Amino acid sequence: MENDVDAGNPQSSARSAQLNADGLALQLQRTWANPSGWGALAAVSHGTVGLRFMLTGTAFFLVGGVLAMLMRSQLAVPENTLLDAAQYNQFFTMHGTVMMFLFAIPVLEGMAMYLIPKMTGARDLLFPRLSAFGYYCYLFGGLIILASLFTGVAPDTGWFMYTPLSDANYSPGPGPDFWLLGITFVEISAVSAGVELTVSILRSKAPGMTLKSMPIFCWYILAMALMIVFGFPPLILASILLELERATGMPFFSVSGGSDPLLWQHLFWLFGHPEVYIIFLPAAGVVSTLIPVFAGRPLIGYGWVVFSIVLIGFISFGLWVHHMFTVGIPQFAQAFFSVASMLVAIPTAVQLFSWLATLWSGRVVFALPMLWLSGFLVIFVCGGLTGVMLALVPFNWQVHDTHFVVAHMHYVLVGGMFFPLIAGLYYWLPHFSGRMPSYMLGRWAFWLTFIGFNLTFLLMHLTGLRGMPRRIYTYETGMGWDWLNLLSSVGGFVMAAGIAMIIVDVAVHFRFGPRATRNPWNAGTLEWAMPMPPAPYNFVSIPTITNRYPMWTDSNLPASTEAGEHWLADASHGRRETLCTTALTGMPVSVIHLSGNSWLPLWAALAMSALCLSLLAGAYWLALAATLGASAILLRWSWVNGVHRDAAPLSNDETTELPLHSRTVEGPGLWAMVVTLMANATFFLSLVFGWLYFRTVSPQRIIPAEIRVDMAILLFSGALLLLAYGLYNNAVRRIRDGQGAGLQGRLMVVLFCGLIQNGCLVWVMVTSPLQVFDLTHDALVLFLLMYLSFHSLLCWILTALQLLRVRRAYVGVELPYELIVLRPLWIYSTAVFWVGMALFFGLPLAWPAS
Amino acid sequence: MLVFLTLVLAAVTALWLYAVYRQPTPAAQGIDLADNDSKLTRQHAVWIIGGGLVFPTVSMLILLAVSIPVGNLMSGLPSEADQALRIQVTAHQWRWQIDYLDGTSDNNLASTQNALHIPVNAPVHLYLSSADVIHSFWVPRLAGKLDMIPGRTNELRIQADEPGVYPGLCAEFCGLAHATMRFAVHVHSRDDFNQWIDSQRQQVDTVRLELLQGEVPSGE
Repeated sequence: MENDVDAGNPQSSARSAQLNADGLALQLQRTWANPSGWGALAAVSHGTVGLRFMLTGTAFFLVGGVLAMLMRSQLAVPENTLLDAAQYNQFFTMHGTVMMFLFAIPVLEGMAMYLIPKMTGARDLLFPRLSAFGYYCYLFGGLIILASLFTGVAPDTGWFMYTPLSDANYSPGPGPDFWLLGITFVEISAVSAGVELTVSILRSKAPGMTLKSMPIFCWYILAMALMIVFGFPPLILASILLELERATGMPFFSVSGGSDPLLWQHLFWLFGHPEVYIIFLPAAGVVSTLIPVFAGRPLIGYGWVVFSIVLIGFISFGLWVHHMFTVGIPQFAQAFFSVASMLVAIPTAVQLFSWLATLWSGRVVFALPMLWLSGFLVIFVCGGLTGVMLALVPFNWQVHDTHFVVAHMHYVLVGGMFFPLIAGLYYWLPHFSGRMPSYMLGRWAFWLTFIGFNLTFLLMHLTGLRGMPRRIYTYETGMGWDWLNLLSSVGGFVMAAGIAMIIVDVAVHFRFGPRATRNPWNAGTLEWAMPMPPAPYNFVSIPTITNRYPMWTDSNLPASTEAGEHWLADASHGRRETLCTTALTGMPVSVIHLSGNSWLPLWAALAMSALCLSLLAGAYWLALAATLGASAILLRWSWVNGVHRDAAPLSNDETTELPLHSRTVEGPGLWAMVVTLMANATFFLSLVFGWLYFRTVSPQRIIPAEIRVDMAILLFSGALLLLAYGLYNNAVRRIRDGQGAGLQGRLMVVLFCGLIQNGCLVWVMVTSPLQVFDLTHDALVLFLLMYLSFHSLLCWILTALQLLRVRRAYVGVELPYELIVLRPLWIYSTAVFWVGMALFFGLPLAWPAS
Repeated sequence: MLVFLTLVLAAVTALWLYAVYRQPTPAAQGIDLADNDSKLTRQHAVWIIGGGLVFPTVSMLILLAVSIPVGNLMSGLPSEADQALRIQVTAHQWRWQIDYLDGTSDNNLASTQNALHIPVNAPVHLYLSSADVIHSFWVPRLAGKLDMIPGRTNELRIQADEPGVYPGLCAEFCGLAHATMRFAVHVHSRDDFNQWIDSQRQQVDTVRLELLQGEVPSGE
């Protein structure tokens, strides 16, 4: 291993320091190494998992690209017969689905997972098994979706799955089921990455790294992660409801039960618009990271950029209706969403001018990544401007659902995401290969991609203005579209050649690229402090960071880090450790003990794919078995967590002055629980949105005259839940105060109340005379009851698990952490029960249906 | 709008290229890298506040000022529904069913498939709905598109200024034959239209009469 120890030291002490550092590195390597051979499947390290995400995403990108080429071939000439309507519909649906869900988001997540700990001075993400689990969910979900393509039953109703086209009447085949189940599976991976990245950025930064001094990239990823947390649950809810409708006939969206197909569109775009910014923000983060490096000076207006990131995050949740300008909504609503859509231009312009100002005042080195950033600028600004045009409602009425929108969307997504991504690829390539890319091939690849892209999509604006609608597999000659389409197709293939050249470039550079020196671009951020390729533990010791560009202000940083002069320079205990710091100020408060390599993520993801497949096959008993299997694996997972007494014994080897996080009452698990519950609350609010929409907007709504559930038993169940929560809360408070006596007894009482409460809920569900297959109203009520029941059951099972752990002395007065982590779930379940009661049963009494 | 936005694109690109290739002034040296609270200098404030805040705000206000009157022109056709011809358009997978409604009652005067007949220079009030999945009604030369959604009726008012045939199509993906779900708007002179609807009406009446008298073969 490379090591430049400070030359000022006397030689002998330098040598002994060198020996110590080597010994330390060896211990760390033993503790952190991935298993080899098949065992590599059990690896959980963020570097490994991040790379797997990116490689898998690239493979899916190629599939999506081939589909695009097939479509462009079909449209090259009028009345072409290469593809028929059925194939074309499958291909454009799958192209959108694959590019959005299986390429763009996972690749960016992978990039964030790879970079964030290295940039913030952590040794790993905070929930390593969750990283691996997320990866396997993504991989298996993606493969399930692809399987439908290769068996010819792929979804063919568009990536937006509008009902009623996607319901069981109009799409009786299995295509939409593959989509709904597969995508939901992939979304588990996105949400878990969102939670993990949020907590990791907030709680595991290097000592001294405050929110104000963390790299700007971390702000972008924090915003992306939180947007995933709030943006994906509406689609998860909508997918579950639609799949239930398809499988059982519960009419959540169909007019026959009194619902409105537009409910699906609202829920879909409530996810779908933030999704665009979920894709754009990390890519913009790459731009904001690279520009200061190549300009050789700090980003100008850091605070302004942070503010505009946060603003984009908020505004993007208020824009979804601009995908629905043609559904016939009231004019004032159109005006509101039109102006809101234009507002996004302001934070985007702030970033743009911050980049320009940084370049302006620096001395720019025009390396290969800068070429891609220049391409990004031209294409993205163009896409942004057509976006402003589309936000004008009268213009939108004309070009909505034409090729103009196709062109706009590709300018924004390819320009805003793909070009910065490739810039980032070339920039960070030396980081994982230790070699530099070739400028020659890279330049060719850029120009082919850039020219091909513009040939395809610049002309497509005109095709759209000439009235060619989207999603048509063929067109007649003589509409003025012929030559435009032919040139677009040619351009598509030129772009494909450019992308092929990128792949060749990257592939040959692993063999022939010149060796990179450390920090080859002279960057300022911490990920360049490590040798290339990096060790699995990232840092031998974790340095204290006081400013945004530590590599620029402290030239000795790589050496002192490797010499073990900073935090956590000890691995003799064999634990995987990283520092837990406060979110705002970066004060170290405890040492987080991370879990090591594990097969459980793979088994859990396999059990869940079995669930997914058996639902697809309609084998519901098998599905039940798979659910039980998955639950058992997940419970085992939480049993052998990092706080396990055997893995982290209360012993005398805790040498650092900071306690292990399991000895504290506040740590990353608590934060992750809260962030997860925020996602969960968004899911619940989406359900509430659906309920209120149904009661007030749905034009054909049917609302039964009286409540047909047993309110007495339901309210009794709620009272018991309150009681159980109060008792649990009391037990937690006592243990925080150091009173462990009677803990088991208290938990047993909680469990007893919970048991009766669960029983009551199930009784209400089974006995209520709800017409769930005929009325949307009743189907929604039943869904609420199932949701509440699921939470009560979850609280019960996890509390029972805690009781067992208290008995084994894995949890107790000195190890209070897990009981405290569980507390927010109790609060949430109780709150959601009573809010549900108020909105589903109380509100109709106060405000009867019209 | 197009010219203005193209100018914006050109200006931003030119700024970028100039910023990349220019030689910086010596003033750019001597930055305090360890400062996390650096205030914007006057020059940088011009960039970020001027370019990022003022410039897009002003541009969008201008665009809105131009587009709101245009929008009103497009959507604000006079709305005295009584005088307008009222036509019910129902989309099916994959055809258009068009029913011409009586001026006062909702009696059906005539029905056509995939062809919409209207008089020239007269407002026509369309009731758009769907019998199955979501479709979208679009005659590019007459009006913007409007979706046709099961369970809902959207209203659209159109008026054609020249006689002739205007192509129309379904603009919302609606399944297998979406690409070929077309129709034509036939715009007639006032007299031709009256003649046409009278002939249609007679046909309808004849069919009705036959139905009443049971003279239509029942299909056996």
